[in-house]
Amino acid sequence: MKKEIFEPYNVSDNNFEQCVKCTICTVYCPVLEVNPDYPGPKQSGPDGERMRLKDPEFYDEALKLCLNCKRCEVACPSGVKIGDIIQSARIKYSKSKPKLRDMILANTDIVGTMASTFAPIVNTAVALKPVRKVMDSVLKIDHHRMFPKYTGLRFETWYRRYAEKKQQEFKKHVSYFHGCYVNYNFPQQGKDLIKVMNAAGYGVHLLEKEKCCGVALISNGLIKQATKQAKHNVEAFKKSIVDKKMPVISTSSTCIFTIRDEYPHLLGVKNEEIRNDSELATRFLFRLIDEGKLNLVFKKNYKKRIAYHTPCHMEKLGWSIYSTSLLKMIPGVELVQLESQCCGIAGTYGFKKENYQTSQEVGKPLFDQIENSKVDFVATDCETCKWQIEMSTSSKVQHPISILAEAIDVESTMKLWQK
Amino acid sequence: MNKNRSKEYDVIIIGGGATGAGTARDCAMRGLSVLLVERHDFATGATGRNHGLLHSGARYAVTDHESAAECIEENMILRKIANHCIEENNGLFLTLPEDDIAFQSQFVDACSSAGISTEIIDPKLALRMEPSANPDIIGAVKVPDGSVDPFRLTMSNALDAKLKGADILTQHEVVDILKDQDRVNGVELFDHEKKEKAKYYGKIVCNAAGIWGHNIARFAGVNINMFPAKGSLLIFGHRVNKMVLNRCRKPANADILVPGDTICLIGTTSERIPIEEIDNMYVSKDDVDVLIREGVKLSPSLATTRILRAYAGVRPLVAADDDPSGRSISRGIVLMDHKERDGLEGFITITGGKLMTYRLMAEEATDLICKKLDVDKKCETANIPLPGSEKSDETLNNVSQKVYSINGITQKSAKDRHGSLAHKIAQGDENEDSMVCECEGVSIGEVKYAINELHVNNLIDLRRRTRVGMGTCQGELCACRAAGLLCESMEEPGKAKDDLANFLQERWKGMSPIAWGETINEIQFTSWIYEGIYGLKPDNN
Repeated sequence: MKKEIFEPYNVSDNNFEQCVKCTICTVYCPVLEVNPDYPGPKQSGPDGERMRLKDPEFYDEALKLCLNCKRCEVACPSGVKIGDIIQSARIKYSKSKPKLRDMILANTDIVGTMASTFAPIVNTAVALKPVRKVMDSVLKIDHHRMFPKYTGLRFETWYRRYAEKKQQEFKKHVSYFHGCYVNYNFPQQGKDLIKVMNAAGYGVHLLEKEKCCGVALISNGLIKQATKQAKHNVEAFKKSIVDKKMPVISTSSTCIFTIRDEYPHLLGVKNEEIRNDSELATRFLFRLIDEGKLNLVFKKNYKKRIAYHTPCHMEKLGWSIYSTSLLKMIPGVELVQLESQCCGIAGTYGFKKENYQTSQEVGKPLFDQIENSKVDFVATDCETCKWQIEMSTSSKVQHPISILAEAIDVESTMKLWQK
Repeated sequence: MNKNRSKEYDVIIIGGGATGAGTARDCAMRGLSVLLVERHDFATGATGRNHGLLHSGARYAVTDHESAAECIEENMILRKIANHCIEENNGLFLTLPEDDIAFQSQFVDACSSAGISTEIIDPKLALRMEPSANPDIIGAVKVPDGSVDPFRLTMSNALDAKLKGADILTQHEVVDILKDQDRVNGVELFDHEKKEKAKYYGKIVCNAAGIWGHNIARFAGVNINMFPAKGSLLIFGHRVNKMVLNRCRKPANADILVPGDTICLIGTTSERIPIEEIDNMYVSKDDVDVLIREGVKLSPSLATTRILRAYAGVRPLVAADDDPSGRSISRGIVLMDHKERDGLEGFITITGGKLMTYRLMAEEATDLICKKLDVDKKCETANIPLPGSEKSDETLNNVSQKVYSINGITQKSAKDRHGSLAHKIAQGDENEDSMVCECEGVSIGEVKYAINELHVNNLIDLRRRTRVGMGTCQGELCACRAAGLLCESMEEPGKAKDDLANFLQERWKGMSPIAWGETINEIQFTSWIYEGIYGLKPDNN
């Protein structure tokens, strides 16, 4: 059935004038609750936009305090893209230039390449207290933060060396947008994805050349570079989706959210041709199962109590239901759904010294929930949420795909489609 | 009240529009004792019901040389004396493919003969200067147009008159002109607040009541044939354009788009109405249609921009010929000495003209008043800035440099609204800095300042002083907060409730002609809040 799209008559960019001042967004803003210096989504978004159209001098640097969690947009009953208005205003009006620190945090690709080359040294160095103190005072990267460990063997290298050849054996194929975290820090997650997808009968391929989705560049104001990378990625996606008819899946909710929504809304990079087939891995799998095209067989002895945390961008996508439904299919899993709340890290936001306190206060209710839930570990689709939760609670965090990889009975699953 | 009755003023000025307030200021500056009376509030008539366009005069250059020359002269004066009421955003006269490009050179010649500087601009450059303009334009001319806030302008004049000793009565309606044989010597006023009548005496009575001067003159037994032409306008929710956009052709319907404060507005239509209808200013469906249809030609994005309100005003023209549209009539200033015209001593009428020439009208009227009173003092209104426009660093020092703060918005807004008087607004206190009106950034401190110093009788007056309730929510969030503050300082609770109902009713009046889309959502939400939560009933009005 073709969906009928209703186009309202009076709609301008970001729908800001559809705001009826109901103020619901303000109630859902995690920052406003802990930091009174932030004017809140309504004031920063639709209200502030009117002022800024009158005179750009109304731009307030306090807009930097926005986490870009987009929970305001989820809450808005009038469809105002509040988060986009705020981010666009920062792009358009902010006069402050990104600092060295922001460049380091934002350039996950370059920094990742360098760091993983010298992984043992870097990992040891940034874990040392004196080094962290120096980073705190010189770069204003908060000393409480631990950088995720860099891997000595990047995912891409591992894939080319050990996995690529085998992927040709399958009849069906997908491309995998692994993102920076899988490549430089945690290749295991990528390996888990290949294991699950292979079991499901899909060969997994890498894009011709993927670049960082650019989310950290956008939030640190490096828009030119973000736009360049966005254009590159859209082209790479096109080669897979349009030319080879291979959908692209990702394990990172933020990467996929950025590519689907932030590219057109914030960077003005068109992505209609690739948007529908740019997917989150859990959603891709769930939909196959739901349509009767796939059956998974699980190990009998896998028994865990797991809490699922909904990352903000999953909330915005409306997709956490796919991840939780998939986890619930595992017979031995007892799933605790945590109340959807921001963990406070928001990518590079929480790494910045000036945001550390806000970041932790935003996350506190979530941390309390986790500590009280008595689970074996927490599951979530976002890597930065994982860092924040692992730093701030006693719980470990796993990606739903990694849980599947552990719980799935690969041989039995494969037999179902091989016969 | 009674003690005033025995006092004889030098001059009683009827009408709190720009002309009346300007005349009161001028008279007070020349040392006369002045009483300014107004039946409602400042700028409630034609003064507050127009484009708010700081005309360069270019619009009249081809058809009315005299008005054009007056406009550009006053334009330059207002930039000096009223800089906190105006925005120097410049204007473009656009030629669309359907317009005759030959008109452009005629227009430019007429402008230069009137003393208006023009610059022909390449359409591509014009689009870069003003991206909202119709991309199909084939010609563009830049002129020194701007925007003026008529409420602020009128209030500043009244405020200055008051500072220089004038007495001001708002909510006082003239019900009769007092005469002693063939000499006018005062007015009888009805006080709408106290519901009582009182007589006030003066040597000269100056009729500056705009279109309503028709009736005032009648009280004095003289006949002025006024020519009411209604003009309707639409206000859009936010600024679409940075520069004033005009059509480069002979003046017609809906061919000016003016950015003013947080909004922009398109107008006007022109329609002759009977004099009995001047208090019944409604905007018809046809008016709205014309305004949107023509407006989109200036700036296509208007088609997708939220419309906030519709309103109409009456041009106070003095009938001169039988032109049915009222457009070719001169907007020239009409000053009548009724002694010479009708043999009635002590009564003059100043009318015609337009907002742009209010100061000149005031000057001419005051010159005549002074002549009659045998006062020899020169007019200084063109040189001395209005209160709020004096150059002062006080405000700048007061604007806090704190970066992360909501009050950055309220402080900047207050400075835009009150100019150098913004320092009188209490700041730095968490309570005083909280917002009453979130759309327009009005703080509690600003509302209190307006209530205490700017002659506020009710919520609607407060709106004209501060823009409370002028934003996209049209009073939804701020009306009750402002009512609370007003109640604390002056009103008894019962009256506050009626006041609130009146205010919301007045907001609804402007929204009803364009009540679709978000506007209908907004008004529905507002009525839920006020009827559902606060229990305000329609019969409170």
